[in-house]
Amino acid sequence: MISRAWILSDNPETRLQSQLGQAWRLMRTLARNGLAMVGLAIVLALLLIAAFAPWLAPYSPVEGVLANRLQPPSAAHWMGTDELGRDILSRVIHGARITLLIVLLVAVIAAPLGLLIGVVAGYFGGWIDRILMGLTDIFLSLPRLILALAFVAALGPGIENAVIAIAITGWPIYARIARAEVLTFRNSEFLDAVRMQDASAFRIIRFHVIPLCLSSTIVRVTLDMAGIILTAAGLGFLGLGAQPPLPEWGAMISRGRAFILDQWWVATMPGFAIIIVSLGFCLLGDGLRDVLDPKGRSRG
Amino acid sequence: MTRLLPALNLLLTLVLTFLGLLAITFFIGRVVPIDPVIAVVGDRASKETYDAVRAALGLDDPLIVQFGRYVWQILLGDLGVSVSTGRPVATDLARVFPATLEMATIGIIIGVALGVPMGVFAAARQGSWIDQVIRVIGLAGYAIPAFWLGLVGLVVFYAQLRWVGGPGRIDLFLDGMVPVKTGLLLVDSAIDGNGEAFQSAVSHIILPATILGFFALAYIARMTRSFMLEQLSQEYIITARVKGVPERLILWRHAFRPIRVQLITVIGLSYAGLLEGSVMIETVFSWPGIGNYLTTALLNADMNAVLGATLVIGTVFIAINKGSDLLYWLLDPRARI
Repeated sequence: MISRAWILSDNPETRLQSQLGQAWRLMRTLARNGLAMVGLAIVLALLLIAAFAPWLAPYSPVEGVLANRLQPPSAAHWMGTDELGRDILSRVIHGARITLLIVLLVAVIAAPLGLLIGVVAGYFGGWIDRILMGLTDIFLSLPRLILALAFVAALGPGIENAVIAIAITGWPIYARIARAEVLTFRNSEFLDAVRMQDASAFRIIRFHVIPLCLSSTIVRVTLDMAGIILTAAGLGFLGLGAQPPLPEWGAMISRGRAFILDQWWVATMPGFAIIIVSLGFCLLGDGLRDVLDPKGRSRG
Repeated sequence: MTRLLPALNLLLTLVLTFLGLLAITFFIGRVVPIDPVIAVVGDRASKETYDAVRAALGLDDPLIVQFGRYVWQILLGDLGVSVSTGRPVATDLARVFPATLEMATIGIIIGVALGVPMGVFAAARQGSWIDQVIRVIGLAGYAIPAFWLGLVGLVVFYAQLRWVGGPGRIDLFLDGMVPVKTGLLLVDSAIDGNGEAFQSAVSHIILPATILGFFALAYIARMTRSFMLEQLSQEYIITARVKGVPERLILWRHAFRPIRVQLITVIGLSYAGLLEGSVMIETVFSWPGIGNYLTTALLNADMNAVLGATLVIGTVFIAINKGSDLLYWLLDPRARI
């Protein structure tokens, strides 16, 4: 029954059909943007590599052969080996899991928190708005990376604490965007109609306000992914994120620093992984923004 | 009076933001899993001693009182003593801060000197090669980790090509030879008339500052381009073209002038960003600035030093941010209506 004509029907009979139609049209628009498709391909590749890491990696990510230490890139070890004789390619492949885990956790904590704060501030207005937005502005005018560093210093190094620190410093931008979005429709008639049916504020926010803010939030999250990856890698590089022997890309670069002048590949290879993945999220985010949130272009 | 109201408002947000920063560092200082009382009395002290010391340290007071005391202490310039250096944190920070300031300043000069003209030309010739170059640089600025670029820069320009000095601020055998006046090595060595030291300092600062500048350039060029495009689409530009004003004058006199004020905000933001970005770059280049001080303190769990450095960087960050808001207000008559 699922045909193009059915999906693109002008008179959808069910909600599912209309949603499928919308998704299909979005995909079509996105597919016309070449760079966005490159970004999508990179992000999909990251997902697949993370999912199948143990099968894709030619060697173990944690056990090495000491006799093979610090080998340059070759047919057997495409990215060379590190100071413990571990295959760098295998470590980069397994590192995809850690990177993905960190960005997903940060996105899952920071985005809903910011969205909720922004929506509540925008919907209720008045004093609630002033207090919440005052708080948001304070956070926005503080240096993110430095605050994250200080939080990790207090909580102790490790992936979980790195995630918490990045998320704590990351929510304000989502709050700002969600609030701006709510302000554009908070006085619309459809909200009055729901109110006249005696819907509670919770119900209105949950079912009528938040869904309208989702697309701009999703765009922002995708665009922010690169920043989150760089911050997480930075924390790893400083020894505050993932701890050895975890194959986190930033931590791998940090270990490779000691051999950077003679064995350049140890530190540089994981960097390429970071750059490619960040680039993928940037390109995909730009494409999504053009499709989902055209007014957002001017907001940078 | 009403004309001054926005300025007062700005001052109020400045104070509130600073208090917010203090509240965060205060909070971080509390969540540290080290009990300050046990740190003083040891973990075998009796309950009475423990309670007495706890009261003496003021930890029994309500949180708001403790916070008030903390703010007062900070305002008096007391950031506590660093466990690892044994000196007051404020003294340490005053010593390392000029190194960071020097690097970030050279970085922002590079970023502005290259970024603004690039942005203007990209807007003038949309779709040309320079426009594409700026797109790529912009993406690179988002996707490349600063510390990685620093390492690659060291390998290529220091180890391979030998164009620049390596890590540190100056060659080892010149270290400490320049009398400290301002703390800015380039200035100090120039005042001292020590050409050799000046040359060495330049060769050491150029690579880290250029890398910092690259990230500023990426942002400044992109913003300049979009401001310029907005101006160039205005009707007065068409009028100027119809009158036959040369394109160069249209670009720089008609379109560029009105965006200068907006650019100040952008430059202020990226300057503040560079102070933050210097944390990573300083670690890579063993640059003895505030970033390096901060990361060393982090690894030693030296909380007074960590929070002191966070406060100083945060305060400078806020000051530059709000300062550029104030400049905007002073320079742009439209903001004052």
